Amino acid sequence: MPLIKIRDLHFSRGNSVIFEGVNIDIYRGKITAIMGPSGTGKTTLLRLIGGQLRPDRGTIEVDGQNVHQLSRKELYELRKRMGMLFQSGALLTDLTVFDNVAFPMREHTKLPESMIRDLVLMKLQAVGLRCARDLMPSELSGGMARRVALARAVALDPMMIMYDEPFTGQDPISMGTLVNLIDRMNDAMGLTSIVVSHDVIETAEIANYIYLLSGGKVIEKGSPIQLKHSSSLWVQQFMQGLPDGPVPFHYPGDAFADDLLNPEVTT
Amino acid sequence: MQNKSTEITVGMFVAAGIAALFMLAMKVSNLAEFTDETGYQVIAEFENIGGLKVRSPVTMAGVRVGRVADISLSSENYTAQVTINLYGKFDKIPTDTSASIYTAGLLGEQYISFEAGAEEEFLQNGDVIDLTQPALVLEQVIGQFLFSKAEGE
Amino acid sequence: MIGAIRSLGRWGLGVLERLGRGHLFLLQILSGVPGLFTRFSLVIQQLYSVGVLSAFLILISGLFVGMVLSLQGYNTLVDFGAEESLGVLVSLSLVRELGPVVSGLLFAGRAGSALTAEIGLMKSTEQLSGMEMMAVDPIRRVIAPRFLAGVISMPLLAAIFSAVGILGGFLVGHGLLGVDDGAFWSQMQVKTDWYDDVINGVIKSVVFGFVVTWIALFEGYDATPTSEGVGRATTRTVVHSAFAILGLDFVLTALMFGEE
Repeated sequence: MPLIKIRDLHFSRGNSVIFEGVNIDIYRGKITAIMGPSGTGKTTLLRLIGGQLRPDRGTIEVDGQNVHQLSRKELYELRKRMGMLFQSGALLTDLTVFDNVAFPMREHTKLPESMIRDLVLMKLQAVGLRCARDLMPSELSGGMARRVALARAVALDPMMIMYDEPFTGQDPISMGTLVNLIDRMNDAMGLTSIVVSHDVIETAEIANYIYLLSGGKVIEKGSPIQLKHSSSLWVQQFMQGLPDGPVPFHYPGDAFADDLLNPEVTT
Repeated sequence: MQNKSTEITVGMFVAAGIAALFMLAMKVSNLAEFTDETGYQVIAEFENIGGLKVRSPVTMAGVRVGRVADISLSSENYTAQVTINLYGKFDKIPTDTSASIYTAGLLGEQYISFEAGAEEEFLQNGDVIDLTQPALVLEQVIGQFLFSKAEGE
Repeated sequence: MIGAIRSLGRWGLGVLERLGRGHLFLLQILSGVPGLFTRFSLVIQQLYSVGVLSAFLILISGLFVGMVLSLQGYNTLVDFGAEESLGVLVSLSLVRELGPVVSGLLFAGRAGSALTAEIGLMKSTEQLSGMEMMAVDPIRRVIAPRFLAGVISMPLLAAIFSAVGILGGFLVGHGLLGVDDGAFWSQMQVKTDWYDDVINGVIKSVVFGFVVTWIALFEGYDATPTSEGVGRATTRTVVHSAFAILGLDFVLTALMFGEE
């Protein structure tokens, strides 16, 4: 039985339709990647799973519970077992690295301060930032901020963790570090991971299963190898990053020659 | 997590705010007077109280001995009934004391002034002052003056 | 013509919707306030950034406002030979009006705008969202402590403003203009009433603190999460707070001092 079961998901924001009948299964212990071009609502999907947004139609079940039928209290209980890594890290800027990681423990447990210290140092050690514990978030590089956020996301030993664009805007070294960390964390802590990304190579490296989203629908799903050999031209274009293909390079419109021959007077 | 110096400055801030309120209470306003208001009440009837108000001062030989506590209109003879709070330490005011309403300066506030009588008995809680002199209303005074002037001619 | 009416209608609906959201937001805040008494350290932190950091501005402004009042009032009073009433003039103006109103306006500019910017930034950097996902209610954890700190700080700031202003007025009146110090204080004591003047002034400042903090927090929480949106929200906080303070001041004054 999958940990997360999404059925017939419909969601729209204003007039723009974001999801139109999406079905996704996410299995325990696996790293599942949700990929797709920018603006396909990958982040929105994570917010729907976390219960921050409400779908127009369809259900999302996490660990057998329908997220959007829970009471506020039950939802908060469920969220304690979900970790989420935001694109920006979302560290609390007025707290040090140490206090950021300690934050969920202090909020949700009554552990003595000495035990919190041990736990925080353990989590920071796992992401390699134990000695950066007294820095403020503004003193961290983007990659370090994400690693701190990762330590914080696993502070309460959640059953699953959602990564929102973890690789965007990282230099190759911190990208490699993050790829490695996500993979290791998943195995070492028995997590279930959902990675939302459009960085094909890094994601394909660690994902067990990939869903490709576009135009509000699941276009293709399968293991990285299956996707690489997909017969769909669109999938090929996306996976290989080709500039032209089913998704045209040019914004649709009149032919270039016509435009040159019939100059419109623009004021 | 909690910075010690933050707590200290916050403590100082709150203390300064309370000190400021205390100053407003004791030095600026009349709260200090309320503390010795274990006095007694007497009633005086006036034909006209002019601009007298609740909490206007009541003085005797220029010394404040109390303040106006309440003003109401008697429905029997249409006079103003003024209840006066007298401070407890002024407990030797003769019963035949007279009360007049004066104005402090030309445009100042109106107040009640007591003129001591000669009785041996002293005013007690609930007593009524019979001898009263109403407030001078400027228009009436001017009117009378003009009237007598015209008659004289 | 129809277009103009329609856009007016749309504007009106937008205002109503914002008002509604603002009030729901207030209810959420208020439901979070009781829980703060078990975690008062959160409020102390905010008392520092909301109250203490505004105190210096309030102190200096109060001093100068009191000094100017004294200087101006003296020139008028001396014509009537009533310069002994200078103390009354200074104390009543400050305690009843200027203390709560001017410190409220300064508070909106200093603490209110800072609150909006802070909350707006926390929103745009996903900190509030992140807290929600950590199962921490940002309204209880972040907003409510700031709200309580604002409501506590404002009357203290207004009292400091009035007290320092009266001292400033005294310095100018006695030191510079030579008003008798005994007359200054005694006249002031006779005419300034604890309940009618001081307490009413305190009530005003509590109301202003409540409203300004509410507006500031709502603008931050409701801001478009971009740097431009946060900037606009900050401006709105100052403008709306100023309107609210001056409008409420009229209403409160009419209620409190309207009938003698």
